[in-house]
Amino acid sequence: MSSPVITGIGVIAPTGVGVDEHWQAVLAGKLGIARISRFDAAGYPVQLAGEVTGVSVKELLPRRLVPQIDRWTQLAVLAGEYALADAKLNPAELPEYEMAVVTSSSSGGTEFGQNEMTRLYRNGPSHVGAYQSIAWFYAATTGQLSIKHGMRGPCGVLACEQAGGLDALGQVRRLLRREARLVISGGTDASLCPYGVVAQLPIGYLSTSDDPEQAYLPFDADAAGYVPGEGGAIFTVETAESARERGAPNYGAILGYAAGFDPPPGSERPPVLRRTIERAIADAGLLPSDVDVVFADAMGVPDKDLAESQAISAVFGPGAVPVTAPKTLTGRLYGGGAPLDVATALLALRDGIIPHTAGPTELAPGIDIDLVLGQPRPAPLRTALVLARGYGGFTSALVLGAGDRTA
Amino acid sequence: MANFELDDLVRLLASCAGVEEEFDLNNDVLDTEFVDLGYDSLALLEVAGQVSREYGVPMPDNAPEYMLTPRAAIDFINELFAATTAKAV
Amino acid sequence: MTRRAVVTGIGVVAPGGVGREAFWDLLTAGRTATRRITLFDPTEFRSQIAAEADFDAVASGLTPQQIRRMDRAGQFAVVSTREAVLDSGLDFGAIAPEQVAVSIGSAVGCTMGLEQEYAVLSDGGKKWVIDHEYGVPQLYGYMVPSTLAVEVAWEVGAEGPVALISTGCTSGLDAIAHGSALIEEGSAEVVLAGATDAPLSPITAACFDAIKATSPNNDDAEHASRPFDRARDGFVLGEGSAVLVLEEREAARRRGAHIYAEVAGCASRSNAFHMTGLKPDGREMAEAIRVALDRAQLDPTGVGYINAHGSGTRQNDRHETEAFKRSLGDHARRIPVSSIKSMIGHSLGAIGSIEVAACALALDRQVVPPTANLRTPDPECDLDYVPITAREHAMDAVLSVGSGFGGFQTAAVLTRSR
Repeated sequence: MSSPVITGIGVIAPTGVGVDEHWQAVLAGKLGIARISRFDAAGYPVQLAGEVTGVSVKELLPRRLVPQIDRWTQLAVLAGEYALADAKLNPAELPEYEMAVVTSSSSGGTEFGQNEMTRLYRNGPSHVGAYQSIAWFYAATTGQLSIKHGMRGPCGVLACEQAGGLDALGQVRRLLRREARLVISGGTDASLCPYGVVAQLPIGYLSTSDDPEQAYLPFDADAAGYVPGEGGAIFTVETAESARERGAPNYGAILGYAAGFDPPPGSERPPVLRRTIERAIADAGLLPSDVDVVFADAMGVPDKDLAESQAISAVFGPGAVPVTAPKTLTGRLYGGGAPLDVATALLALRDGIIPHTAGPTELAPGIDIDLVLGQPRPAPLRTALVLARGYGGFTSALVLGAGDRTA
Repeated sequence: MANFELDDLVRLLASCAGVEEEFDLNNDVLDTEFVDLGYDSLALLEVAGQVSREYGVPMPDNAPEYMLTPRAAIDFINELFAATTAKAV
Repeated sequence: MTRRAVVTGIGVVAPGGVGREAFWDLLTAGRTATRRITLFDPTEFRSQIAAEADFDAVASGLTPQQIRRMDRAGQFAVVSTREAVLDSGLDFGAIAPEQVAVSIGSAVGCTMGLEQEYAVLSDGGKKWVIDHEYGVPQLYGYMVPSTLAVEVAWEVGAEGPVALISTGCTSGLDAIAHGSALIEEGSAEVVLAGATDAPLSPITAACFDAIKATSPNNDDAEHASRPFDRARDGFVLGEGSAVLVLEEREAARRRGAHIYAEVAGCASRSNAFHMTGLKPDGREMAEAIRVALDRAQLDPTGVGYINAHGSGTRQNDRHETEAFKRSLGDHARRIPVSSIKSMIGHSLGAIGSIEVAACALALDRQVVPPTANLRTPDPECDLDYVPITAREHAMDAVLSVGSGFGGFQTAAVLTRSR
């Protein structure tokens, strides 16, 4: 059975609204990270975030939908429309049970929930609204997308923090093999409210820099954490047969996928990234030498960066494969992070250009990967590997093959 | 207690549930069913809840059943207001 | 030979029955565990009833750091995992860690922890820009539900695929389905599959009050959850967890494991209609049932018992009664159908796994749990719902269904191991 293909992409990210704007910003190294504007963060140790600006999301959605969904779902619904338009897909023309939605969510409707809890604690239980029961929970985005587009197939939600975006695509592949012909997938995140930011402070991974250009430097000697961001990407993924029948070109195919989990704290066993990469490549029926570029997880936390570099070098050989992390332009997007990386990887495959990693200048000791710095690097690209790790030990890898879409 | 009017209903619908561009909530649609105006049971529960909170008049659980159209909703709410005022006297 | 997933271990934390046997005991006795809420002050709430688990974290064997670190839902999951592992007799030290996977469902994640911490950080809701200095180390773990799967993975040192499935009230069923898929496709040899939710917190109670979904029958808490009854008036919020050990069937047989049941076929569909509303025709649930039976290679007449979603709302019980008739035809009238939510309430995402545990036990012991509180039949719900008293019943296959906000409809077929 042929690999499933991605026929449409919708992006809403700090780098831009829509695939083209995002890709142009990535190639230009245009930073989408700035001072948090959503609320007054002056008293917080974290000052910066990658916010989606330049679009009033609420204005672009049906007015009656907006009050009943968190911003996280608003971004996904909009990105979903872009993806469907990009794929020239009309769901009404497809069998209802063969279409589904599987999204990745990390913390659900964070801001909506903070708002409702505020009303509860300030004014009492009767002030919690009728939409709290459908807006905050982690399945809200999948539910709303399913309703909007009449998708009655096997819908799902994976919540594996930053790794979930790849796991969602792993599930999509499973569904497309067995019972579906189209799955809307990917994910978004929007936790740039006080609770969403404060919740991350105790784990000590967030950068406390107030210089957007220096705050998120994965693999760099000065790496000191990551920056939170919002946004993500939504895809239309179809069976190769379905895309062919529609005469639809595609950005690329899901060739391989693998997921694993790190051993518990205190264990002497090694992290599983290396083995997960190997399994994903084997699952694709390929060899490491077939991989032309790696989109790294790139946490920007020194010991995590070192572990990732070691895993990549163990599989490919030191410096043997170009590695990049365009996420320095957006920050880390949790449920939307891996999907955005997949979108960027597909665009790289389409245009034969490896986007650079803006920010890092000097690799930390022990980091021996070929991190693409300074400017984009044109290269013949057939296969890309995308990596994602989620809080607690989630580790996922996805192998993408170039498609036939030229624009 | 002042009368609850169409303007109040429109205001509440807009803030609680959003107002769709193509429908002008005016006197022409007083007898159009909410479901045809695109307002579902959750929207009506939300409006009922907001009436309760704003005017201090408790709304019964099954309020949406009495609020099938804008006119029915306005009449129902005014009846509740009157009953509350009567009790207070 | 096709790989199949079988259930070799069961661990449960449920209201009225912490521990698998206590749980089964409650079900077969037809006792209810619904009462006036004690976990917080319910005075200002419309529905003041819940099914609470009398859970002692210390007595359950959790360490002080685990108790501090984990939300109540996480504590349930770990304790259930331990019981399931013990029950299975599997020596996890002898299995390659990469062959062990985890699939945990949860609808509302670490809600209690999230809310309790928010009350502090915002100083009772006073501050929107909350005081970050009061952030505790486990706070991010509460913010992301994935931590619940992390704790289960750490418990057994799983290095295979680990997932947190969050599809609302079908999370528990979907997690079991996902776990069995991992075994069938060869991604794992052993899966800890289950679900957990501890939603008994003001924000959750308030959000269901707002949509009038929960029973306001506060003067009769013990009998408030009455699925299929003519006087039913909403569901009763519950909490709990069930984790199952799933193994590949032939390996389980080779090691002489006690096999409760085989996960023979699962399927899910969505109604794509409304986030909370259900049409009376039940067609998408019927389709999920049809596909699950097809995967189990089972004729509808092979189903011996249906464990219903049976939440006790007016619309749900009518919806799924129609779905059963649609998918099983006349056979739906000839078999027992029951809802254990009548006894242990509705624990949202967790309940699907707890119900699968009940189904596995039912198959293993050939006894069908009753629907408690069913005193007045509803003409619209006219099947045999096993009122009040448990029943010995010969059966080879059981159907478990779930339905949830967002439109999710899931069906799972369990059979005696063939």
